[in-house]
Amino acid sequence: MRWINVKRITKTVKKLFIEANTVLSEDIVSALKTAWSLEESASGKHVLEKIIKNAGIACRHKMPICQDTGLAVLFVEIGQDVHIVGGDLRQAIEEGVRQAYADGFLRKSVCDPLTRKNTGDNTPAIIHIDIVEGDHLKIIAMPKGGGSENVSAAKMLTPAVGIDGIKKFVLETVDRAGANPCPPIMVGIGIGGSLEQACILAKKALLRPVGLPNYKDERLAQMENDLYQSINKSGIGPGGLGGRITTLAVNVEMMPCHIASLPVAVNIQCHVARHKELTI
Amino acid sequence: MATQRQIHTPLTAEVIASLKAGDMILLSGEVYTARDVAHRRMYEALIKGEKLPIDLQGTVIFYAAPTHTPTGKVIGSIGPTTSYRMDAFTPKLIENGLKGMIGKGNRSPEVVAAIKEYGAVYFGAIGGIAALTAQCVTRMELVAYDDLGPEAIRKLTVMELPVIVINDTAGHDLYAEEQKKWRIIA
Repeated sequence: MRWINVKRITKTVKKLFIEANTVLSEDIVSALKTAWSLEESASGKHVLEKIIKNAGIACRHKMPICQDTGLAVLFVEIGQDVHIVGGDLRQAIEEGVRQAYADGFLRKSVCDPLTRKNTGDNTPAIIHIDIVEGDHLKIIAMPKGGGSENVSAAKMLTPAVGIDGIKKFVLETVDRAGANPCPPIMVGIGIGGSLEQACILAKKALLRPVGLPNYKDERLAQMENDLYQSINKSGIGPGGLGGRITTLAVNVEMMPCHIASLPVAVNIQCHVARHKELTI
Repeated sequence: MATQRQIHTPLTAEVIASLKAGDMILLSGEVYTARDVAHRRMYEALIKGEKLPIDLQGTVIFYAAPTHTPTGKVIGSIGPTTSYRMDAFTPKLIENGLKGMIGKGNRSPEVVAAIKEYGAVYFGAIGGIAALTAQCVTRMELVAYDDLGPEAIRKLTVMELPVIVINDTAGHDLYAEEQKKWRIIA
């Protein structure tokens, strides 16, 4: 049994959200540079240059990469041999979010769905907790922007449509999104489970680094590659101004589902694909 | 890239008529930030015949809400939000004098029609480059709806803000035309 104080959790959450919002991960920067070399359209190249330049400025000046510093999404893995002490876990996480968005000068982007009144501190956070083996506690902070989340979609497909039906739904979703989600995008796809599980899988798929295929299942690695090729034939291009590079990566996660169902979720992520993690 | 043309706000009818989809613009002068709720409020005020907190004549609205301003800085990070959410309110604003909009993503047929009919322009700005875009803002002033926090209406003085003409008065749509050009699949 290992004891972890909630104060440490608050501090970690705060640090991760500030860092995620100001420092773009190396895999994304590298994917953007590759995209620049592959892009044939002049305006596409221009957009990619600006995106790469912006990441450098944000990092150097400790400024948010994007003004939409997101809804605070967290994935927390708690080892079953961990005992959390000193307070309530969820409250500790919310406090970390509150402090990150206040002290990091991040934008508070959370509101009441009906009155649209801002909650003022970017809480509540969206917290997914998993109990796992071991005595560690892993926190993944993922600020999620509204523009790309708005064009995401989930659908309960008929099993008869198979792989082709899944691909069709993904391509329709990306096409409909067009310039709106700030392409080049990342596409997280969740297949199977239940309605909500497919959505969680899709979001988790976005956490896998760009360029790493799904090594657990060859069928999915193939699907990722096929979709990557097809999406980049859509013509949407960087900034939606036309070009070859519409997506930087397609990541698929899957789990078994009901014999009657084929749930599929497509979570679109803008080029500011932010997530940072730390294991305590 | 094509050469960039310098233009200033407020936008005159002559300048608007000369703008073509695809023109790269460096915009300078005053623009106002307004997005979702601010649009609803202005729309409702116009319906009721009430006075707006800003003068729409020749005005450019930037669909944006910046991050919190750090001490000693003019502004935090700022960039365009997706424009379609303002579509329901936009034709009414254009009818009442709004001349320019800066955002990202497609507009509705109603907005495109209003742009043509009343002589206005929709500029696209690159999304997700908000640290870079902030460098074009030299002054920021809170103007109205301060209860909306980041979504309040602010007057920004911008210097050479890079934007591109998406929808012009001739009815062109740069996103649709360019994407079609690069599309390989049916």
